[in-house]
Amino acid sequence: MTTRTDALPTQEMTINMGPQHPSTHGVLRVILTTDGEVVTRAVPDVGYLHRALEKIGERVTYAQYMPFTDRLDYLAAMNCNCAWAWTVEKLAKIEVPERAEYLRVIVCELNRISSHLIAFGSYTADMGAFTPFLYAIREREQVNDLFEMLCGNRLTYNYARVGGVSGDAPPGFLEKTREFLDYFEPKLDEYNNLISYNKIFVHRLANVAVIPAEEAVAYGLTGPNLRGSGVPFDLRKDEPYSVYPKFDFKVCVGTGERGTLGDCFDRYMVRINEMRESVKIVRQAVARIPDGPVRAKVPRLFKPPVGETYFRSECPRGETGIYLISDGSVNPFRLKIRTGSFVTMNIFEKVTRGLMIADVVAVIGSFDIILPEIDR
Amino acid sequence: MSPDPAHGQPPGPGPPPAAPLAHGSAPFPGLGPEAHVMVGNADLFVNWARKSSLWYLLFATACCGIELMQAGASRYDMDRFGAVFRATPRQSDLMLVAGTITHKMADRVKRLYDQMPEPKYVISMGSCANTGGPFYKDSYCVVKGVDLLIPVDVYIPGCPPRPEALIDGIMSLQKIIMRKKNYGAKA
Amino acid sequence: METQAVFDMLKGKFGDAVVELQGAGFSPAFVVVAPAAVKEVSRFLKEDPALSFDSLMCLSGVDYKEKFAVAYHLHSLKHRHAIGLKVMLPRENPSLPTVDDVWPAANFQEREAYDLFGIAFEGSKDLRRILLPEDWEGHPLRKDYKYPDFYHGIKV
Repeated sequence: MTTRTDALPTQEMTINMGPQHPSTHGVLRVILTTDGEVVTRAVPDVGYLHRALEKIGERVTYAQYMPFTDRLDYLAAMNCNCAWAWTVEKLAKIEVPERAEYLRVIVCELNRISSHLIAFGSYTADMGAFTPFLYAIREREQVNDLFEMLCGNRLTYNYARVGGVSGDAPPGFLEKTREFLDYFEPKLDEYNNLISYNKIFVHRLANVAVIPAEEAVAYGLTGPNLRGSGVPFDLRKDEPYSVYPKFDFKVCVGTGERGTLGDCFDRYMVRINEMRESVKIVRQAVARIPDGPVRAKVPRLFKPPVGETYFRSECPRGETGIYLISDGSVNPFRLKIRTGSFVTMNIFEKVTRGLMIADVVAVIGSFDIILPEIDR
Repeated sequence: MSPDPAHGQPPGPGPPPAAPLAHGSAPFPGLGPEAHVMVGNADLFVNWARKSSLWYLLFATACCGIELMQAGASRYDMDRFGAVFRATPRQSDLMLVAGTITHKMADRVKRLYDQMPEPKYVISMGSCANTGGPFYKDSYCVVKGVDLLIPVDVYIPGCPPRPEALIDGIMSLQKIIMRKKNYGAKA
Repeated sequence: METQAVFDMLKGKFGDAVVELQGAGFSPAFVVVAPAAVKEVSRFLKEDPALSFDSLMCLSGVDYKEKFAVAYHLHSLKHRHAIGLKVMLPRENPSLPTVDDVWPAANFQEREAYDLFGIAFEGSKDLRRILLPEDWEGHPLRKDYKYPDFYHGIKV
């Protein structure tokens, strides 16, 4: 039977989504070519937040660059702080006191929780459920309070230093952290009851934008996006750095529990499960943190030896790798930051082909991209 | 009203309780509870209406956008001041520029501002929108202040400003709006 | 597999196209190859079962003042080893073959190197500026880049 629409000639239409759009998580622009409601091509246009962090790196000293790493990924500023500190320490072979490493692991994992909370909250808001967002922010504010106690800021912490951290934990911080963990852990079940297994939500995510494992590896996906495709690769486990080998946690991977392995729902679920693992790590770190100094002696005019190094660490949005070239002066010679979100955007055009327009929003949210990481 | 013990007020007789307000009374500051009928001052009424529903354009470009989100969510709840976010400039009264503006973004900012209906206000939130912030000196592609592109009413310092600072900025804008003259001879 | 062994293997296979091994002070070590051979070497690194470098972690342009370079950081999920691959390029008209058909992850990062360094990747399926506007002049991460005074009438 020929329906009326078959007889009508259709025409492709080009729609501009962004850079100002509520569900592109910042200033991402996507040029959609659609046939009716079906996307035939979605080309991401990035760079609206290109702030030249790599060029700035060549013009400031190693210590001065620390605040800029906050702005590299403001949702996980602690992770970026520590990634920079670890890179420079690897280049200059600086030994860091153990207490400082424990503090770094604690703040990194707390920041992973707060970052995944934003990912969870804004994703559900994109999918049309605003209430979970308020729940997520309620918990995130408590992590912010903890960080405020530690370093006095809510979003851009500037806490790590080359050779340690800026200051020891204030009295009561570890107890407060433990209280927060006790409060937070049951909330994850609340989220699952509230939205994760909600029928409409599952239907929006399951079987949408399936990325098979080989494709995920070839396109360089990392972090939760890679693990959502079922590849159990986590730098904290597989290329351990800092004191991560001392902790017991498991690598969360997608299982295809509501659809196909590697769909949006798997990527979403990996983040929810990872928060539970982060709670586990922080609990162990708080229990076992040793006493001692928190900062190694690093000269004020710090000059690392000539050399090139590449250090990668597991940030909430995947691998943040820093390729650092030193010419022996006080400034880095070249600094390249490889971020999870930037590389993830590469696969965007491929996975969105043939989806509905509303599913494009689901894909953007499931990748949990953040624009300063894409544009730097 | 009894004193709140959580706020450390001494026990004992507090100030005499204020008379309960009649329904719908004293909405206009300075006119007292008896002002049920308004005569003359249309400016006051219009300004009061405008300041009480400042719908802002959700224009989060960078770090400050997260603080903006958190200021609008559970703990700080900017809705209390009539400020709720809209996703489109056509429904917004206030443009909250939250974050760095790059040269690639510059003409979009201008266009979004032009799309907003009058009367419109702009709050520049954070150092980047004010002056370029930490990217002022070494970055080749950051606009050094959004006031090079569009007129700004209120600047909020901070990198990023705390939600309290943002709410203070909104309330400053409300004070500015209350001073506006819309009718009669222009001051 | 050790870097030296990878280097020897590549040297045996490609001969003079593999120039040198940058070992001391480099972490991971770099195998420097000639620009024309980069695609064949990449394909071999990916497809040889003993190497199988299946993921391209990072592709960066570098300006060494007298020369440009493109550095590839490779990792193998199968064997859990990593290596660097580096291509030295002249300052005038730097260009080399693309590797985006070997590792699809390369495309965006090649575009970034093109945008910020002006390194052309021949045969790339989509080589445009990515971070800066299309009409931006110059390649800002070059060491001799002069900041412009104005862009579209706004002071830079």
